[in-house]
Amino acid sequence: MTLMKTLFCASAVTALTAGLASAEPAIIFDLGGKFDKSFNEAAFNGASKWASETGGTFKELEMQSEAQREQALRRLAESGANPVVMTGFAFGDVLNQVAPDFPDTKFAIIDMVVDQPNVKSVVFNEHEGSYLVGMMAGLASKTGTVGFIGGMDIPLIRKFGCGYAQGVKAVNPDATIVLNMTGTTPAAWNDPVKGAELTKGQKAQGADVIYAAAGGTGVGVLQAAADEGILSIGVDSNQNYMHPGKVLTSMLKRVDNAVYEAFKEGTDLKPGINVMGLANDGVGYALDENNAPLVTDEMKATVDAAAEKIKSGEIAVHDYMADNTCPAATF
Amino acid sequence: MDYATLIQILDSTLRLATPLLLACLAGLYSERAGIFDIGLEGKMLMAAMASGAVAAVTGSAWAGLGAGILASLLLGAVHGLASITFRGNQLISGVALNFVASGVTVLVAQSLFGQGGRTPPLSGDARFNPITLPFAEAVKDVPLIGPFYFEVLSGHSILVYAALALVPLTWWVLFRTRFGLRLRAVGENPAAVDTAGVSVKGLRWAAVAITGVLCGIAGAYMATALQAGFGKEMTAGRGYIALAALIFAKWRPVAALWACLLFGFFQALATRTDVVEGLVGMKVPVPFLDALPYILTVVVLAGFIGKAIPPRAGGEPYVKER
Repeated sequence: MTLMKTLFCASAVTALTAGLASAEPAIIFDLGGKFDKSFNEAAFNGASKWASETGGTFKELEMQSEAQREQALRRLAESGANPVVMTGFAFGDVLNQVAPDFPDTKFAIIDMVVDQPNVKSVVFNEHEGSYLVGMMAGLASKTGTVGFIGGMDIPLIRKFGCGYAQGVKAVNPDATIVLNMTGTTPAAWNDPVKGAELTKGQKAQGADVIYAAAGGTGVGVLQAAADEGILSIGVDSNQNYMHPGKVLTSMLKRVDNAVYEAFKEGTDLKPGINVMGLANDGVGYALDENNAPLVTDEMKATVDAAAEKIKSGEIAVHDYMADNTCPAATF
Repeated sequence: MDYATLIQILDSTLRLATPLLLACLAGLYSERAGIFDIGLEGKMLMAAMASGAVAAVTGSAWAGLGAGILASLLLGAVHGLASITFRGNQLISGVALNFVASGVTVLVAQSLFGQGGRTPPLSGDARFNPITLPFAEAVKDVPLIGPFYFEVLSGHSILVYAALALVPLTWWVLFRTRFGLRLRAVGENPAAVDTAGVSVKGLRWAAVAITGVLCGIAGAYMATALQAGFGKEMTAGRGYIALAALIFAKWRPVAALWACLLFGFFQALATRTDVVEGLVGMKVPVPFLDALPYILTVVVLAGFIGKAIPPRAGGEPYVKER
């Protein structure tokens, strides 16, 4: 009997603590994996920053296959995690179905707009950041040919490429831009060998600055560019340190800030669409001691001037996803 | 397409064909002995991780190669145990090993280095660096042949030449030695081999071991020569393309070389869409180029180009008569 009582108490206590702990936020990483040195890693850094500042804990889940999406989302929501943050456009459809089933849980999705009363959608103006690094590529290129290597061929990645092409054309209207996509399946995010071959192919076509927006494949692009003695541009996180002096810059997408904000707002997360652009430091370019020798004062002045103009609306960078066309490049 | 572009594409072809060729020859030994091996992909992945990790720690590409071969042999041993000793289903064992490799590689790399399932970037002697063949500099300026020798044949890592040398070696072993005859016999009619007093299990184990070694070299080539370290799922389905190449080559070593070069050529073409557009005169979707190896394999299987007959006893565990 006493044993029974103890057990009862114990389970009551566990239930209670579980209830308390359940207010913790959760984050789901997309297929690229938590440590892709890029997009998902930025999200993880944002979550870690929140954890170290507040001393709180968060739940996390790494997707392993496409089939897990809905299951993973439901399980986290059922466990009481609030808010649930997910990285990646691919969660869009699933979240649209799952969100109405958990009206008391707040969700935040990055890179996609989901129109539900309890969902905060964070989208980035990647075209603006890509425009800036495109200008730098155009100024740094000696051959007048620059390259772009995307991961999976989706509108979002074309948005990067389109902004980049516009930036290149802005400083060098005669420049040639070589565009390649790694593939059409999620495997395209993790094929560094193909990324390296694409880089060598683009170099053979004369490209001497190559921008990689390709997740794990980008590691191969940066490596091959360093091996071949040409410049590369990283994406999402600051990747300048990976090959010091050989990475021109990185297009920063402050996914970390977005996740940090969402965690900080906690259960008071404000639903709606949140656009992170140049104006609110959502995107930008990286400048640190690793690429300082590569970036001339003139380059920096030109790019910073353009950034101001974009903020004030004087320059409007075309968004590929607005109408699925690009004035500066054909895909 | 000018000559320089062709040279560049052929150069890329050779690099991309090498892992396919090694994996294809690996599959050849195994399947000729009657053991289907879907797990080429997993073995390559495991070898890539092990070689990347050991090369990073020791700073020696050769130590990495050894570790890659060992890791691949380990998976091969599990496959052998399941499908030869315990007479399990070879396809299921292979698929399972692929899943194991996919998870274990990331797990081990993460716990060793904490860099997100990657191994640290390699440089210097930790990578197999390109070697220049003799006289490459001298004949560089000879028209036509010079650039071909200098750009396409020369300037690859030693593993590429090893893979090419393995083709005639495999042919010789399979068709000119007693071991090769027995190996082929055990894939066609194991009962006859058994009657002759030769160990079926022993031969099949030997074949699985050779498969392990070759997949190990393929994985090490990807992580320490083509790339500077291991990354999650970096084999990206090359083990399956190698299997397709094996069928396309109808389980023959020299044909395997041509099949892998052809498939490598398609992969190289897929990276140069501008060239394809120039040749065909219209925009060819990249997925179509990526799918070409599989389409060709289906064509061969359907019997349009000769007939592809797999080893007769392939996939069947051998049960000794009592």
